[in-house]
Amino acid sequence: MAPINFWVLDNFWAHLALFGIAIIAFVLLMVMVFIWFERRAFGPFQLRRGPNRASPWGALQPVADAIKVLLKEDIVPAVADKWVHFIAPIIGFLPVLLIFAVVPFHRGHGLLPDMNIGILYVVAISALGVVGVFMAGWASGNKYSLLGGMRVIAQMVSYEVPLVLSIISVVLVAGTLSMNGIVAAQEVPYFLLMPLGFIIFLIAAMAEINRGPFDLLEADSEIVAGFHIEYSGMKFAMFYLAEYGHALAMSAIAATLFFGGWKGPGDVYLGILWFLLKIFFIFFLLIWARVTFPRLRVDHLMGFGWKFLFPLALANVFIMAAEVIFWGGADGGVPWWVIFVNFPAAIALIYLWSRLFKFGGGRVDVTA
Amino acid sequence: MSLDVAFWILAALCVGTALAVIFAKDIFHAALFLIVCFFGVAGIYVTLNADFLAAVQVLVYIGAVSVLLIFGIMLTRDPSKGSPAGKLRLPAIVVALALMGVMIGSMITFDWQTTADTSKMVSTEEIAGLLFDENGYVMTFEIAGLMLLAAIVGAIVLVRKE
Repeated sequence: MAPINFWVLDNFWAHLALFGIAIIAFVLLMVMVFIWFERRAFGPFQLRRGPNRASPWGALQPVADAIKVLLKEDIVPAVADKWVHFIAPIIGFLPVLLIFAVVPFHRGHGLLPDMNIGILYVVAISALGVVGVFMAGWASGNKYSLLGGMRVIAQMVSYEVPLVLSIISVVLVAGTLSMNGIVAAQEVPYFLLMPLGFIIFLIAAMAEINRGPFDLLEADSEIVAGFHIEYSGMKFAMFYLAEYGHALAMSAIAATLFFGGWKGPGDVYLGILWFLLKIFFIFFLLIWARVTFPRLRVDHLMGFGWKFLFPLALANVFIMAAEVIFWGGADGGVPWWVIFVNFPAAIALIYLWSRLFKFGGGRVDVTA
Repeated sequence: MSLDVAFWILAALCVGTALAVIFAKDIFHAALFLIVCFFGVAGIYVTLNADFLAAVQVLVYIGAVSVLLIFGIMLTRDPSKGSPAGKLRLPAIVVALALMGVMIGSMITFDWQTTADTSKMVSTEEIAGLLFDENGYVMTFEIAGLMLLAAIVGAIVLVRKE
């Protein structure tokens, strides 16, 4: 069956308008669904029911939350740098929308899914998120928000290294930087071909979006929210939106890089459904990790990133490069049977490295 | 035509924000203007079909250099007063103007080579070939990498408490 060919997709401005609006709607809607999904999923994990009052299954709970937070007073501290304080949430949310410009949603359709430097663009744009955090931490005129901001930056910069290294192993095997090209190259999903790369990507992504066991920077129960302590009302909602938007973006990128994006068995029209299913699966993994693992201490966080993830990510890049050189075909790529090599290799490496790897014996020497 | 419009908008943005970097009273604002300036430069690379370079510009200059810069500002004492001009204000202006004169003069007088070829849309492979081919700049690339590694090790040695 031939794929649908809408005439509007051939017109540049119509394409831009259609996908621009679609991406904004997709991100806003999915953030609401994610908030609901996370809270519902938390319930059974914690032996309770989760939100179940607002409409069936509590589906309107995020709507109620949104209305509540929008009606709150917008407070700007007297010593704040007014303009920067105002712009910071916008800069913080912008990269989330920009990332989706290159994500192929359905059978290679998207705003710019064929962009030649696709995944490099994603990595570059993600770096912009740091600027929003900086601006928020600085402009609040509060030393706690400044310190919180600096901790977030230290964590994001540290975990960007293993994240990008695991992306490099994907690029090595796929032989292209384009998101559509990476999807097209995956005859076998890459989480099977390089389990180690996928695990490293997932852990680094959790740290990058300040979630799960890595949320010590805004630990709700211990310190007061970190860099966005001085934000309220709509502006706080923007940061909240950006946080879940980042989780959505990371899930979408992981689905594209490691799970074959929109590919899946069945009718050609099911592409978007497969993609959504994969996004929800990865987000469920993030929730699972968040609810299961205890929060990391700051020295453990840095030690884990630099002494554990970083060497393993390097090892993964070397293994994949060697496999591409020695077993790869004429057009690059690796044969499917490397699964039987890579799974034992990943298990052996993780086991061996966890034996060798020590935190400095309780001595705290990382002052990030 | 539309590329020309894009170029002039980006060029005005770059020059405007570069001036703002110099004249901003608050040093943090200056750093933010510098980020916008870097972004404008990345935009100019895009109009030249240098997509890979544009992405690396954003990644390195905004993601790394600016972040390091702002980190430095945050760690300094009382930065909200900015950097008030010291005694060396006049000599600094003279040196800066002289340097600007030299650069503009050499740019105008130099006989730039031009080519009739249009730039390639896909630049990633070309850059990879230049860097890693047998006839490419492999040695230079490796030496640069080694120097950066030495710099990192040096920084760690400097800040390390015995």
